[in-house]
Amino acid sequence: MRFCAYCEGVKLTESEETIIGTSVPRKEGRDKVTGAARYVDDIRLPGMLYGATVRSKIARGKIKRISFSPEIDWNEYVIATAKDVPGKNCIALILDDQPCLVDGVINHPEEPVVLIAHPDKHALAKAVEGVVIESDPLPAIYSMEGSEKQSEIIWGTDNIFKSFLIEKGDVDRVWAEADFIVEGEYFTGAQEHLYIENNGMIAVFDSVAGVTVWGSLQCPFYVHKALMALCGLPEEKIRVVQLETGGAFGGKEEYPSMIAGHASILAMKSGRPVKIVYDRLEDMVATTKRHPSRTRHRTALRKDGKILGGEIDFTIDGGAYATLSSVVLSRGTIHAGGPYLWPSVRIRSKAVATNTPPHGAFRGFGAPQSLFAMERHMDRIAKIVGLSPVEIRRRNFLQPGQTTTTEQVIREPINLSDLLDKSLAHASYKAKKENFARENKTSSIKKGMGIAAFLHGAGFTGSGERYLDSVVGMEGTADGSVRILVSSTEFGQGTNTVLCQIAAEALGIPYESVTIAQADTTIVPNSGPTVASRTAMIVGNLVRSAAIGLKQTLQLDGTLKKTFKPAEFGAACRKYVAEKGLLRSLARYNSPEGVYWDDVTYKGEAYAAYAWAVYVAEVSVDLTTYAAKVENFVALQEIGKVLHPVLAEGQIIGGIAQAIGLALYEKVLWQNGRMLNGQMTNYIMPASCDLPPIRVVFEEIGNPHGAYGAKGIGELPMDGPAPAILNAIVDALGVPFDSIPLLPEDILEAITRRVQSRQQITSPQESPC
Amino acid sequence: MRANPTEYELVAPGTLQEALALHASEPGSWLPIAGGTDLMVLYAAGRLQSRKLISIAALRELRNIEVASAEVRVGAGCTYTDLRQHPVITKEFPLLARAAAWTGGIANQNRGTLGGNIANASPAGDSLPVLLAYDADLILVSASGERRIPYRTFHTGYKKTLLAPDELIHSICMPRNLSGYKCYARKVGARNAQAISKVFLAAMVRISNATIKDIRLAAGSVGPVPIRLAGTERALAGQPINDSLLELAGKVMAEEIQPIDDIRSTAGYRTVVLRNLLGEFLQSLPGARFAS
Repeated sequence: MRFCAYCEGVKLTESEETIIGTSVPRKEGRDKVTGAARYVDDIRLPGMLYGATVRSKIARGKIKRISFSPEIDWNEYVIATAKDVPGKNCIALILDDQPCLVDGVINHPEEPVVLIAHPDKHALAKAVEGVVIESDPLPAIYSMEGSEKQSEIIWGTDNIFKSFLIEKGDVDRVWAEADFIVEGEYFTGAQEHLYIENNGMIAVFDSVAGVTVWGSLQCPFYVHKALMALCGLPEEKIRVVQLETGGAFGGKEEYPSMIAGHASILAMKSGRPVKIVYDRLEDMVATTKRHPSRTRHRTALRKDGKILGGEIDFTIDGGAYATLSSVVLSRGTIHAGGPYLWPSVRIRSKAVATNTPPHGAFRGFGAPQSLFAMERHMDRIAKIVGLSPVEIRRRNFLQPGQTTTTEQVIREPINLSDLLDKSLAHASYKAKKENFARENKTSSIKKGMGIAAFLHGAGFTGSGERYLDSVVGMEGTADGSVRILVSSTEFGQGTNTVLCQIAAEALGIPYESVTIAQADTTIVPNSGPTVASRTAMIVGNLVRSAAIGLKQTLQLDGTLKKTFKPAEFGAACRKYVAEKGLLRSLARYNSPEGVYWDDVTYKGEAYAAYAWAVYVAEVSVDLTTYAAKVENFVALQEIGKVLHPVLAEGQIIGGIAQAIGLALYEKVLWQNGRMLNGQMTNYIMPASCDLPPIRVVFEEIGNPHGAYGAKGIGELPMDGPAPAILNAIVDALGVPFDSIPLLPEDILEAITRRVQSRQQITSPQESPC
Repeated sequence: MRANPTEYELVAPGTLQEALALHASEPGSWLPIAGGTDLMVLYAAGRLQSRKLISIAALRELRNIEVASAEVRVGAGCTYTDLRQHPVITKEFPLLARAAAWTGGIANQNRGTLGGNIANASPAGDSLPVLLAYDADLILVSASGERRIPYRTFHTGYKKTLLAPDELIHSICMPRNLSGYKCYARKVGARNAQAISKVFLAAMVRISNATIKDIRLAAGSVGPVPIRLAGTERALAGQPINDSLLELAGKVMAEEIQPIDDIRSTAGYRTVVLRNLLGEFLQSLPGARFAS
């Protein structure tokens, strides 16, 4: 039986019509809806132990002694510390600076120090409390400013994980000729991913086969690489299998390597399967969050509002270890100039160390941070120059033939002014702005409109895709169906569905005749990590190549005619496999011709494609409670080609919801490097009744580098909502806000401050009366 | 789940009498659990100290809503859903029905009970200011008998109450015949549902000739216990409704609340917003004269 909502799409696939662009049923949708899908916490292996983690608790220090409470019978437990790490005690990623288990020096309050395992999971919590870590505390750093002062060096020689410099033109010359110089400073906070399924892993060790882990993860080969180093085992003795994964948003990009490592150490020590599943509190406080950021802008403008040039200083808080901060910084740095023409610009950026758990990958990956600053700054510029927020953007939009801050030439026929006009029309921007200006005078609920224009580069930055060297496989099977082999994972976003659509389209066979193999490192080639909005565009294109290869193999062999019906393709597969055995095709990434990128000067083609967007937020602020609410939202974007309308719209709406959280609700409360509010009752994410009607509009100009013209889409909707919302609040209240999350308490404080300063100014003049 | 279930004991007596007998046999050592919407959160976090639990969730004696001519008696075991669905509650005590609808989500409302909300004694309990405004009484029961006390005397300090170690809350009595009153309640939480209140105001007023005849104000989340704003009520009684009254009320109110900075909000925010809520209520009244 088929799900009726999508029946039409399914029927289309059975005729000769296109599969791309139709909303076929999700491949794993039925299993998820019926509860048949198996997540890590559903799986129980014979003789399995449950593992738990004892953490450092202090932000920085040296461990003196680890003692075990005499009230607990430790003979029942398997215990592991740094000395039990079979290989190198680090989580191999970019730099190998983060230990898997603390060996002497503590650098943040949630560092794993001791692992314990027990057959009864209920026996763990008390035992975790029964391990006492005595240490000599060292002075710690909790802020970017503290890190920059370098009063303590907590990482490397200068507390800086990575810095970048982008220079275009001669920015030092523009200040003298500027009619206006506009400065601003902008802040964004940490954000928790709040995927539905917490992190979890199961590890099994066998002296012959090696280590196998099953778990909730985004990047099987990241975990594979980390486990090789950690377990001291060769490639073929590590197997990583992704189980059904209940959401990720970047939060299962790097941290799963840590948990897989812990489960593996305990499995190797005990000889039994070990499962570690975090509860919500542990997941929230110990795993990664979005990097907090600070951006400073100084911009030179002509009278007419044209940007002459500017300096942008972008700093992110990386936490205690390098992890992915350098790459997050890179993306944030490249996106810092937004979709505008900068005749000259100097962008300096750095990721600094603090004694908090490392911040990590989160949907948008640095771009939401720097774009928040850019889009708030555009409104500040508009006000100072005396133009509308619409006009200042229109006058500075990048146009085809012009270059980005990295001097990448815009080759596609993008017309941002046109996107802006359409978006404003969908939002009834002009009429609403006029109404609000009138109504706000007498209402205690102030309303405003805000816009944000932005871009998001799809795929790895610069030469990243070339280094990844991704490979995709495809097999024709004995039953006539086709199986895709990729390490690209499904975690709710639609990888399975979209890749199967692409294969079916390329082969001219029904969507139902294509399946996708479980992401198991012993079965699938490395198609790269499932990150950076790269899966549909880049892996999708490789799937298409592999499909064409499969078809050509059958045609060259004579088993399949040049033109064929779907049933004939199935018959050809069956025949080939029966007579010759394995029918397999592989496709490897080829970087597009003429693409130039310089990792040293940060010049060139930063991304193979950009998605473009203009978002409009309508916001109300209730002056009884100072709460801001997003009342309406229009999201218009150009994303190449929409492969699956339902999934694409879902990505946009979900991203906007998450970004509304970033803007108005989600605040991590820190105390000495620890998250205080690691519960969903006091870390507030917006719920359905806090979300506005969201109108999603797609423009499609295609993309020669993406599968059937697709560009990346997953991260894009995270970038624009926060600045659009803050711009709308500023429009409503006339008070500038440059920091997110913006809570009702902050709005009250700003209004109070303004009232007080006005009174100070006006009272002497009023006194004569 | 950070608790070890083997360390806990749970008994579920079949009748109220049996529950009270057990309670009386070891006063204070059995913690009553009804819907569990507060206690199970502590349990999951490994912070539920009481190891002996007496379940009163299935006691039918506690789940009646009796409508008498002078008052309505709500059994302590009535759930928020019961309150939302009862015709007399929704008609005559709309603030209680609304507070029930604002508590947690549907699942919480199906399990959580009014008696549990009172016994849990959180200053942020959503139904508590409403019960204060309705001048409710509590009937407390033990193996040795029952007593009736005004609810406004029940909370004696943060998480401290008049409930004796062997007592259960039996029912909540609210006087009827409130037809002359205008009523108001607003919860301010961190989001529009599934939130714990930062500020809560419940208010009732009787007006004649644009003058306040009787006013009842009760607030949540602005001190260690939910409180009746008795000083503010006195300041407002007999007064015409205008700007200067609002200013006066704000001053008196600030004197009698004890808000704090905590994980959810700030003392300053709570003070200002509570005053704004009162202003919103007063401005909505017939005969109110305000400058803006």
